[in-house]
Amino acid sequence: MSQLVFDPTKVMDIDYTKRTEYLDRLEALRAGMRTLKEVPFQPSLPDKGYTNRTLYVNVGNLEVTEKPVTQQMKDVFIGGRGFGLYHLWNAVKPTTRWNDPENEIVISPGPVAGMTQYAGTGKSLVVSLSPQTDIPIDSNVGGFYGPLLKFSGFDALELQGKADKDVILFVDGVKGIIRIEEVEGGPEDSHVLAELLTHMYAEDEKDLPNVSVVSSGAAAAHSLIGMLNFSFYDRRRKCVRFKQAGRGGIGTVFRDKRIRALVVRGPKVAGDLNHPVDPETIAKTGIKYHKEIRENDGGQCMMRRNGTAHIVEIMDAYDLLPVHNFQYGSHPDVHKIDSAYWQQRCTQATVDGCWYGCSMACAKGADGLVLKTGPYKGDMVTVDGPEYENAAGLGSNCGVFDPDYLLELNFYCDTYGICTITWGTLTAFVMECYQRGILNRERTCGLEMTWGNAEADLEMMHQMARGEGFGKIAGMGVKKMKEYFIKQGWGDPQLINDIGMENKGLEYSQYMSKESLAQQGGYALTNKGPQHDEAWLIFMDMVNKQIPTFEDKAEALYYFPLFRTWFGLNGFCKLPWNDVVPANNSEQPEAHKVPEHVQNYVDLFSATTGVKIDKEELIVQSAKVYNFQRVFNIRMGKGLRLHDAAPYRSLGPVTKEEYESRAERYDQQIVTEMGLDPAGKSTEEKMALHRTWRTGRFSKLMDSVYARRGWTSNGVPTLERLKELGLDAFPEVVDVVKQHL
Amino acid sequence: MKQLVIDFQKCDAGRNCNHECEMECAIKVFKVDDPAQAALQIKAYEEGGGKAILCDQCGDCMVVCPSEALKRNKLGVVMIDKQLCVGCYMCIGFCEKDAFMRNPDWIVPHKCTSCGVCVKVCPHGALSIVDVPEPAVRII
Repeated sequence: MSQLVFDPTKVMDIDYTKRTEYLDRLEALRAGMRTLKEVPFQPSLPDKGYTNRTLYVNVGNLEVTEKPVTQQMKDVFIGGRGFGLYHLWNAVKPTTRWNDPENEIVISPGPVAGMTQYAGTGKSLVVSLSPQTDIPIDSNVGGFYGPLLKFSGFDALELQGKADKDVILFVDGVKGIIRIEEVEGGPEDSHVLAELLTHMYAEDEKDLPNVSVVSSGAAAAHSLIGMLNFSFYDRRRKCVRFKQAGRGGIGTVFRDKRIRALVVRGPKVAGDLNHPVDPETIAKTGIKYHKEIRENDGGQCMMRRNGTAHIVEIMDAYDLLPVHNFQYGSHPDVHKIDSAYWQQRCTQATVDGCWYGCSMACAKGADGLVLKTGPYKGDMVTVDGPEYENAAGLGSNCGVFDPDYLLELNFYCDTYGICTITWGTLTAFVMECYQRGILNRERTCGLEMTWGNAEADLEMMHQMARGEGFGKIAGMGVKKMKEYFIKQGWGDPQLINDIGMENKGLEYSQYMSKESLAQQGGYALTNKGPQHDEAWLIFMDMVNKQIPTFEDKAEALYYFPLFRTWFGLNGFCKLPWNDVVPANNSEQPEAHKVPEHVQNYVDLFSATTGVKIDKEELIVQSAKVYNFQRVFNIRMGKGLRLHDAAPYRSLGPVTKEEYESRAERYDQQIVTEMGLDPAGKSTEEKMALHRTWRTGRFSKLMDSVYARRGWTSNGVPTLERLKELGLDAFPEVVDVVKQHL
Repeated sequence: MKQLVIDFQKCDAGRNCNHECEMECAIKVFKVDDPAQAALQIKAYEEGGGKAILCDQCGDCMVVCPSEALKRNKLGVVMIDKQLCVGCYMCIGFCEKDAFMRNPDWIVPHKCTSCGVCVKVCPHGALSIVDVPEPAVRII
């Protein structure tokens, strides 16, 4: 493939300051609000990255409490996802389910979050018991909420209880006020609600960037796949934009608690609010990285021009792009939604970071979209993205190659508060069920769910937002749809289970793992379910060919989930780690780890907190939280080997068409991998051989990875491993494990 | 726009002067007695000749600034608003001329604003302020 060259003359001439405004609804919203409780607090800035207290709010009984951050919390859990899991463990019982009042949503930014000098340092980590998986879900999200919460005085926010009517929680980190307000009427969908709340709580126009809103949307309440939008104010566009805590249905928990929105108003951001111990190292490391982006990005990933959508055509070229529910890996119409298109369609003459100082600036935006369907038909909107996952999930995986419809799907997922990745995978499943007669027009209540029918796709989503029709069934997610279809007697149960792309109840994200053993493990051997942020190995396995042997892949499934966990402990984004690399990276030992960037992270953590670590200690920090989360899963009834099983579509060809689309490759593997002769064998016979070989290879991979992780062959962390990590200090953790040894 | 320029036909890269330009800038503009903190830096090459690190007001830094802290004034000079700056240093990292600078004691970075104090003290008359058209905004 040749490197795409950006041509500024081809960027579409769209006025990025124009869109439909909803501010005329502000007074009506205000009229429907009344204060239930107001509590003063002392705002404070962090010291060495920590404010040393967290905020607990029960939206049911209106309890508002501050809790201290202990040294043990810092030593074992670091922050971010670690703090979220720690608080959630203490809040729930093994019998707790997602919609019980004791389930919590915990938001924590991590000690490094809020740094402005290095790219990707504004992340919030959100943890809750998932309605889809019944185990903890964690989501890493941009936007300003987490950093502004910390700069107001809190390292984490715990939300517990259930309100009777919709509430808004406002934290004013300037005036020192925490307020719970009831809200009747007014908008629910994020693009309207967050615009109004941002303007309502900002003191004046200059204050708009200091306000951030967390919200969901109408579909979250009628589905299990709800998502949370974290806002940030785009100064150039003069509008509110979002990043999403998408996976696992946290938005559904949020709406089940009757939380309409969280709003924080923080102090004006400056470069030293974390009060790090060594600002000089942070400044030098940040500037070095900015220069690296300036010099290398244009010839590498072009993140500043394309965002993550830059890999659409790469995945297609390597036969790894999910097409038609992960059946195929490429499609002739992909050029309509590849990055050459998006870099013309997205606004380029602006700044697109989701936190200050992000020189990678991948948060692209497509302006001037006039909606064709739904409750906002005719409105002109700005769409965040599309990111790769949306182009692949809403696009190729469903056969949608019309970019305007793809953007509209993306927009409605966002404003309705549902996960685009989940929606893409579940719609692809519905469409394949329709293709194979498992569903038909009668069963979908009139929706013609053929490949590429974006209008039917959108109508299914609008139905879900209204809580009606087949859309409501789709909103249960793939796992529950599978169970429902089988119970109805619609189609062959094995086929339904083979093609339903979920593991632990969570839908697969948008990489076709059939040909990448490493990614098969990267998806199924995860804590939260098949989301690539834990082990995105497909690129280094299939494109860069950096982990060729079985042992390399097993080792990668030890190292990378731990390495990537660390981003979530600290409030880092994972993209700046390897979406640009130093010019000489390929000459370095272990180039796939991007050693210079690993050292950057070691330096940034030490320079912020004053706790000296090295690259080995970084992995130990992660291993504590990662193993804690595994035990948490076991405590909640999952987390064993059987729960790491993968749907066969993720391992190999389920159907004859899939096999025959790659017959040459698969026949060759029968010779080289199985030592057999494919000649004279029917496709069905060859598929059966592949199934035996591929499932056996995956099982062997599980054995190797579990052993390397210090787990039993049933996937349970051993007592020795817990002791090595200091987790034996928590008797409850040890008790959970003992029951499975 | 007003732009500081240097004539290397006249400047000998500090070989026969006391870097008066740097000293004057450091003391008068930044109130520090350290020429290393000046907004222009004259460097001599070992093989002869030299170079000046100074801001030509190209405006690239305005494009990348996430907080709109950099704007042109009525003279076309790119000025930093300290109240808006968030100290991210993208202006430093994305300046191809290395003209945006940082004093380790300050959070807010700094650069030449074509004020001309250096022009007056150059013993060789090598510095001048000229008026040139503003370049088109680039996508960076």
